[in-house]
Amino acid sequence: MKRLSEFFYMGGYALYVWGSFGVTALLMAVEPILVRNRRRAVYQRLARMARAEASSKR
Amino acid sequence: MSSRSINWLKFSSPATFYPLAGRLVPWFTGLAVILIAVGLYMSFAVAPTDYKQGEGYRIIFVHVPAAWMSMFIYVVMAGWAGVGLIFNTRVSAMVAQALAPTGAMFTFLALWTGSFWGKPMWGTWWVWDARLTSELILLFLYIGFMALQASIEDPRRADRAGAILALVGVVNIPIIYFSVKWWNTLHQGASIRIGQESTMAVTMLWTTLIMALGFWMYSIAVVLSRVRCIILERERNATWVAELIKEDR
Repeated sequence: MKRLSEFFYMGGYALYVWGSFGVTALLMAVEPILVRNRRRAVYQRLARMARAEASSKR
Repeated sequence: MSSRSINWLKFSSPATFYPLAGRLVPWFTGLAVILIAVGLYMSFAVAPTDYKQGEGYRIIFVHVPAAWMSMFIYVVMAGWAGVGLIFNTRVSAMVAQALAPTGAMFTFLALWTGSFWGKPMWGTWWVWDARLTSELILLFLYIGFMALQASIEDPRRADRAGAILALVGVVNIPIIYFSVKWWNTLHQGASIRIGQESTMAVTMLWTTLIMALGFWMYSIAVVLSRVRCIILERERNATWVAELIKEDR
């Protein structure tokens, strides 16, 4: 346990080290999620367009 | 020779590039996860404490890879934008468009982590030093590229305008890279140089390289996914897209 708290303490540089790694990890986790959401939105829009076209032909 | 060049040209069509990109994404995602996991393990468990900067130096393992990617992605983006401008190929322009947000993110991260490193080591979050200022200009170039493309209605005109901006902005890349040599900067010089011995310890060097490779694979995966969205958005009236949607339901 002591080793773990020592690890997080980072020799007094905790704010700087975790501030750097944390924000990097956050952004690199959020970006793929944003791309996935964009993909879903495009798919839904295209499916709507296809349905509208199919019903207008009838 | 000629059959080979035809094979490559095939992928300049959105209809063939779309499924190819889709097949490649899982591979690059897997590689990115493995490399970054190994890189993180090495960053905290293998790399020794620095005799001068203590544990604070570990920021290098995200700072340097992010800074490299910020410059590398810009050059690749300008390259594809240039290809699109010259050969009028749609996919190249779409790839350039897909690269910009990821490049901007890494530029922001390079500045952010640099700031978090500068504070304990230099005593300041920010200085108007040549390296830092030129990297900030890079961020503005990415934002300018995205804003310009978003502001032009016709996508083909947007591609051309964006390409010109991207190509002019390339001049900034050697300025960033050599800034530490050309000017008297607070930022340190390059520790890893091509053709010369590195001034870094071997484990630190390898950790940085593995993290950089992981970031690279991450960028390819996320950019290929994004270019697939862009293709669907822009080719929505094409027959192959309509068929794809039909099949999917």
